Amino acid sequence: MAVTTRSLTLPAALLILVLFPLFGSSFYVGLLTRILILAIFAMSLDLLIGYTGLVSFGHAAFFGIGGYALAIAFQDATTIHLWQALPLSLAAALAALVVGWISIRTSGIYFIMITLAFGQMFFYYFFESPRYGGDDGIFLFFKPVLMIGTESILNLENENTFYYFALGCLVTGYLLLAMILRAPFGKVITAIKANEHRVRALGYSINRYKLVSFVIAGTLAGLAGFLEGAHSGYVNPSYMSWHSSGIAIAIAIVVLGGMGTLYGPIVGAFIVVLLQDFLPSLTEHWQLLFGGIVISVALFLPRGATSLLPRILSRRQTTRPDSPPPEDGPREPADG
Amino acid sequence: MADTILRTDHLSKSFGGLVAASNVSLDFERGQVHAVIGPNGAGKTTLINLLSGDLQPDDGSILFNGKHITHLPPDRISQLGIGRSYQKTNIFNEFSCYENCWVAAQSRLKTSMRFFRPASRLKTVRERAEKALELCGLSRRCDTRAAAMSYGEQRQLEIGMMLATEPELLLLDEPLAGMGSEESRRVIELLRRLAENHTLILIEHDMDAVFAIAEKLTVMVNGRVLETGTVEQIRNSRAVQDVYLGEEEADG
Ligand SMILES: Nc1ncnc2c1ncn2[C@@H]1O[C@H](COP(=O)(O)OP(=O)(O)OP(=O)(O)O)[C@@H](O)[C@H]1O
Ligand SMILES: [Mg+2]
Repeated sequence: MAVTTRSLTLPAALLILVLFPLFGSSFYVGLLTRILILAIFAMSLDLLIGYTGLVSFGHAAFFGIGGYALAIAFQDATTIHLWQALPLSLAAALAALVVGWISIRTSGIYFIMITLAFGQMFFYYFFESPRYGGDDGIFLFFKPVLMIGTESILNLENENTFYYFALGCLVTGYLLLAMILRAPFGKVITAIKANEHRVRALGYSINRYKLVSFVIAGTLAGLAGFLEGAHSGYVNPSYMSWHSSGIAIAIAIVVLGGMGTLYGPIVGAFIVVLLQDFLPSLTEHWQLLFGGIVISVALFLPRGATSLLPRILSRRQTTRPDSPPPEDGPREPADG
Repeated sequence: MADTILRTDHLSKSFGGLVAASNVSLDFERGQVHAVIGPNGAGKTTLINLLSGDLQPDDGSILFNGKHITHLPPDRISQLGIGRSYQKTNIFNEFSCYENCWVAAQSRLKTSMRFFRPASRLKTVRERAEKALELCGLSRRCDTRAAAMSYGEQRQLEIGMMLATEPELLLLDEPLAGMGSEESRRVIELLRRLAENHTLILIEHDMDAVFAIAEKLTVMVNGRVLETGTVEQIRNSRAVQDVYLGEEEADG
């Protein structure tokens, strides 16, 4: 049941996204690009929180590092070659390797605190570094292009091209994560989330699996930061801050959309960005309202907004109570 | 000369001021069922935890197949061929019965750092998981969520997961605790079958079961080994009757 729901919903949603630039104005294409980028970031956080059980409060640092790597390398360049720039988001992988190597030695609240501390360290480093623009950050006046010889085959200067590029990154990221979650590696990390003590007793050196998961998530976050930097044309420390645009919002996205699903955070990114654009026109205390919505979802829909969809659809079909959750693929939450 | 699979040498562990295991020196013979009995709080679980690496000893050493395994982490010990089950059920509650055994069976791959092909295509793992489920008597419950099973079935799963790692030496911490008589009978039958080609270290309060399957017995009291011997020797030991068997009978 849930399989058919998903196997229809996802391609349908993708089709709408693919066709969108044909109808939407360039303002909305830009807004949607922002959402897609945020969705990549939130999805990477879901790998940690929703699948591995690592509640990292420092994840925004890798987003920021992805952006800064691009900005620092190309701040004076007049052409940004995509094939030179894209590998720079691997700087985030390197940072995640170091931060992860230290952090995964702790667990529970200590893990949260140590990742938060690392996140703050990165934030203040860039905040207080005059070389990298400090508080103001770095501006980029060009967008990356992919050229063969002198022929440009992918110019992100074009809003629609950027949109499709971001969409391609999101879809690729989704498929890659879905693949590794189905693979033996994915079985181990979901088991670690469920009961890490037993996983260890069964013979797995759990720290390695946690570290690899941390690095994969960090790399994807770096890619998102890279895209955000390239898209908005500036990179500043707020990328890494733990409140404004950083980790708190990302966690809200994962919770709103439904964690441990991969597609939940994508939906969550839409909900959050649209709320952020829409709520301020209602009241100047919109943040209060926003917080209230997040809390309500966490309380009443612990599996997130996307858990509503199968329920609505299944009500229309003849309801089969307690049909077992399908195996395979991004884990469908067992119905409680 | 007896073939020793596991030897502990003056193994000690205390929690704060409480000495839970004190100078435990034991030899476990390959192929035998060696039961460890003793009153509550005697340190039996502590001993198992030390052997499996869940706890680090304060003092003493452990040799498995002649190699030092003292201070190795639990995952390394498991990979060497020592499997354990827990007294307090320790399973993946939200996973199906089959998935529980799957995770256990997959641990015998050279590595699970494999990212490309779906795990479900791994035939060897599937067969191992299915065999373990069949052994522990849960084949029919494959798709049932572990949390939704009866307590006795969860205890069976606990054993199944251990078996799916295909250990050579099994550490069983009260496998029968909380089981109904029918389930108990089946598990005793299973243990007897496993005993044919495994070494078992069995902690159990059910004396009938112990006398039925154990070849050797160790009695622990207050963290110390009181006596080790054959079933007959222990049955007839004055000291043991005083501190342990007598007490059992007094309880009814
Ligand atoms: N992690 C721990 N921290 C502190 N004390 C502990 C810990 N584990 C065990 N103990 C204590 O050590 C002593 C031995 O406990 P252990 O669990 O080994 O006994 P046992 O023989 O398995 O008893 P039972 O038959 O009740 O399972 C007990 O007094 C117990 O309270
Ligand atoms: Mg015990």
